[in-house]
Amino acid sequence: MPALIFVLWTVLALFGSHLGLQPNEVQLDKILQPPSWQHGLGYDDLGRPVGDRLIVGAQISFFVAWQVVAVSLLLGTTIGCVSAWYGGWLDKLIVHVMDIFLAFPSILLAIALAGVLGPGIENVVFALASMGWIGFARLSRAQALSLKQHTHVLAARALGAGTPRILWHHILPLLLAPLIVEATFGIAGVVIAEASLSFLGLGVQPPTASWGAMLKDGTHYMLIAPHLVLAPGMALMWVVVAVNLLGDQLRDALDIKTQQR
Amino acid sequence: MGFLTLCQTPVNDLFYSLILRALRLLSVILGVVTLVFFLIHLIPGDPVEVMLGEMGQTADKQALQQALGLNQPLWQQWLQYLNHTLHGDLGQSLHSKQAITELLAQRLPATGQLAVASLLVAILIAVPLGSLAAIKHHTWLDQGAMTFSLLGMSIPNFWLGPLFILLFSINLGWLPVSGRDNGLSWVLPALTLGTALAAILARMIRSALLEVLHEDYIRTARAKGLSEWAIVWHHALRNAALPVMTLIGLQLGTLLGGAVITETVFSWPGIGQLLIESIQKRDYPVVQACVLLISLTYVAVNALTDMAYVWLDPRIRFAE
Repeated sequence: MPALIFVLWTVLALFGSHLGLQPNEVQLDKILQPPSWQHGLGYDDLGRPVGDRLIVGAQISFFVAWQVVAVSLLLGTTIGCVSAWYGGWLDKLIVHVMDIFLAFPSILLAIALAGVLGPGIENVVFALASMGWIGFARLSRAQALSLKQHTHVLAARALGAGTPRILWHHILPLLLAPLIVEATFGIAGVVIAEASLSFLGLGVQPPTASWGAMLKDGTHYMLIAPHLVLAPGMALMWVVVAVNLLGDQLRDALDIKTQQR
Repeated sequence: MGFLTLCQTPVNDLFYSLILRALRLLSVILGVVTLVFFLIHLIPGDPVEVMLGEMGQTADKQALQQALGLNQPLWQQWLQYLNHTLHGDLGQSLHSKQAITELLAQRLPATGQLAVASLLVAILIAVPLGSLAAIKHHTWLDQGAMTFSLLGMSIPNFWLGPLFILLFSINLGWLPVSGRDNGLSWVLPALTLGTALAAILARMIRSALLEVLHEDYIRTARAKGLSEWAIVWHHALRNAALPVMTLIGLQLGTLLGGAVITETVFSWPGIGQLLIESIQKRDYPVVQACVLLISLTYVAVNALTDMAYVWLDPRIRFAE
């Protein structure tokens, strides 16, 4: 079930633009039309089809999530590994910088950055990635610190392998499993965070549809058209639940300790 | 007894570790203030132009530039910002011309009330739920509690809030939709913010309890015929409380971040709403002040839980 939702989200995001959607087409006679067999998921306050807009929202959340997680993963893992490998003052400095970033409640810095940079999808990616890298950096630093002492790494060093080679061939492969699990939960987090920023009006600009912005607009019509709040919220929740469940399954599958039990 | 042995007594170790912690704390605070200072320099283009808009007069622009010190070199601006912040002077709102400290003081009680109320809601839900899940480990009750917890973590509060409004305010008519005028206005925001926290807390309490429940003294308590609830309440929860307390401190960040969104959903007149309003009005000094206040509160609470933890748990006190 979670895999099914995840696949549906991915497929809609990747191939949604081939469906001939009319997410911004205004049909004045259908304003606030509730969901039904003829009208699909209904129409919003401007007479735009909610279903089509949901699919566009899926695309936005999908691409923002992957971009943010990819950037955070790359940046965080590099910083974490370098910090652990070289140690000394560099490590101390990096740990301190991470402590400072961690002093900001997770979404707060993203809100402030997005607010200062102005709305727009690139700014959302930047704001979220500037928080996202820390999780990966901490994880890879902690893992690399212990891996550094493993005999296979010491052997590689004794054979005269250079730092990049050791990090790439001897440390990174062993980091992969926990990083993938972290990235999965990261995707769920970014989907919520992107929707939060859009909800606050700091994300994607109208008329482009985004789940958070649809929810925000919908709250003005809750009395007469609750479907405007229910539809994007459902989509958001199911994607997040699905990704979180996948993360749990992945963790169990990749964790050798739980398999042996 | 030589000087060396004296230095190694636990009391001195504790003192030393407290000083180290205090120093680290100070440098984190300095870093936070610096990062917040740099926020205003991230504004694309000329910040003064962005704040005043295209219609601003040249004289106004120059005055604002002077007031914000933007015509000085960066390091001087930074020193000045540090100096002012240290003296509790956060500047003036560009919009209302009020002192920012005054603005914050007006909004602080609302956010404080919301945070305390949601924390209470979270504990009231999470302690019974987490205990139930731990006692009935591997049963459908455990599964149900964990499913609830997963849902609670996955529902964003800007959706849960409107859902609560739909149910309790619009359909049932029990509670006010938004604002802070009614005596019961706090219920829905606190419930919204508390549920997400309760979901995470319940998981933590469950796993902390599961760990403790295997200890010998629990077996002893069982052997003397205590009921399972008495064991959990009197023996297990107390020992599980320490890790859970630190985690509550850490989760306060999520709570404070979530408060920004929840306050916007319910038009709750707190710091979070002030932050969003100021972003919309491009009142950047107020944005900086709000971010600073929220993160420093978070830092302070974490430092306090950290120190309380060291103080309360002899295992840590003597290990360092």
